[in-house]
Amino acid sequence: MRKWLLIFISFLLAFMLTLVPMPEWAIWFRPAWIMLVLIYWNVTSPQRVNLGAACIVGIMLDLLNGTLLGEHAFAMIVTSYFVLKMQARIKMFPLLQQTFCVWLMVFLYQLLIYCIQGFIGELPKTKWYWASSFVSMLLWPGVASILKSFKRRSRLRMAS
Amino acid sequence: MFAVLTIIMMILDQRTNTLNQMRVVLTAPLTSLQYLVSWPINLIDNVSQLMSSRQALLNENLDLKAQQLLLKAQMQRLVALESENNQLKTLLRSSAQIQGKMVIAQLLAVDSDPFIRQVILDKGSHDNVSIGLPVLDANGVMGQIIQVSPATSRVMLINDPQSGIPVQDTRNNIRAIAVGDSYSNQLRLVNISHTTDIRIGDLFVTSGLGQNYPEGYPVGEVVSVVHDLGLAFADIKLQSKARLDQSRQVLVVWPNKSASEIKEHKNA
Repeated sequence: MRKWLLIFISFLLAFMLTLVPMPEWAIWFRPAWIMLVLIYWNVTSPQRVNLGAACIVGIMLDLLNGTLLGEHAFAMIVTSYFVLKMQARIKMFPLLQQTFCVWLMVFLYQLLIYCIQGFIGELPKTKWYWASSFVSMLLWPGVASILKSFKRRSRLRMAS
Repeated sequence: MFAVLTIIMMILDQRTNTLNQMRVVLTAPLTSLQYLVSWPINLIDNVSQLMSSRQALLNENLDLKAQQLLLKAQMQRLVALESENNQLKTLLRSSAQIQGKMVIAQLLAVDSDPFIRQVILDKGSHDNVSIGLPVLDANGVMGQIIQVSPATSRVMLINDPQSGIPVQDTRNNIRAIAVGDSYSNQLRLVNISHTTDIRIGDLFVTSGLGQNYPEGYPVGEVVSVVHDLGLAFADIKLQSKARLDQSRQVLVVWPNKSASEIKEHKNA
């Protein structure tokens, strides 16, 4: 139960970070917060946060962003599928390798969205679009360690 | 399975309107999230306003008063012109009149995907906002409302590729349709032949023909005219007059006559 709460709160925070307005020059650098949190939970508790969760989160993101309904959901499901496939391995990777793996996943996510945007004819017009995956990669160690510490704390509290 | 589901959803959403109702229902609970994000930012704005010095406020007040005086002086002329115009129009039995009801709305301080040309307002169906109402800022037309939830509404800006707005040239009354251009963030005039007299610097205003946008509000200025004889039509780009990515306060306008009344008038 407590773990569900933790998962819920982490996604809520990710959504808020996604909505927070950024200065004009930084809009393309916004990391894919929700994807990062999703990858983390996919890796650490795949039985709770599975493809269904990816679908729900993605649709919520579509509703908030006003994008084509199902666009982010599709990209998240496909990415999440690969993460779940490699879950056991990613979990064992050293941090550097893990970070690179996360970059690959976020890049895949962005690529899928880029393709869908291409289909409906509204491609983002700068190369900076791809910067987001690199920022996400750089933030991964931080995000992972914060979530891990929260998880540990909640587990301690549960034990006591 | 989920992937197939989402693909079906995307196709439905792109091709039809069936998901619109669902979108409205699902968005309502998410509205609170948008307010939650927007609230602390507005708070910071307010606090920084409180901190601003008395002298700065006094100066600003003086400036604004001077500006108001100027605007009032212009208004006097405008009122006379407007009444004269309306009188002439009633003489001509035309239904289009200029003034309508307006409400000031704030943009919620939330970002969407940078490639989505939509903004979110803090007025919704509780304030009688409905789909299709035009939205203006101080300088010109911004867009129209495409989705309404109880406390917020979503505006499609005029540079969205799905947006089209009937316009006319102020210099020679040439009519055209300006659609959004997804690659340049500007507007493009469609189906204008090479021989049409449109020059750089021409101002285009709404023509009121679509009955969605009221007549006579500035839309954009021509910034480039390219005659490529290989193409059937001239390539004309407009820069929007409204500051689409900077305005924080906008006006939602109820055009004077309700659509049904206008239709009746047309049928009569």
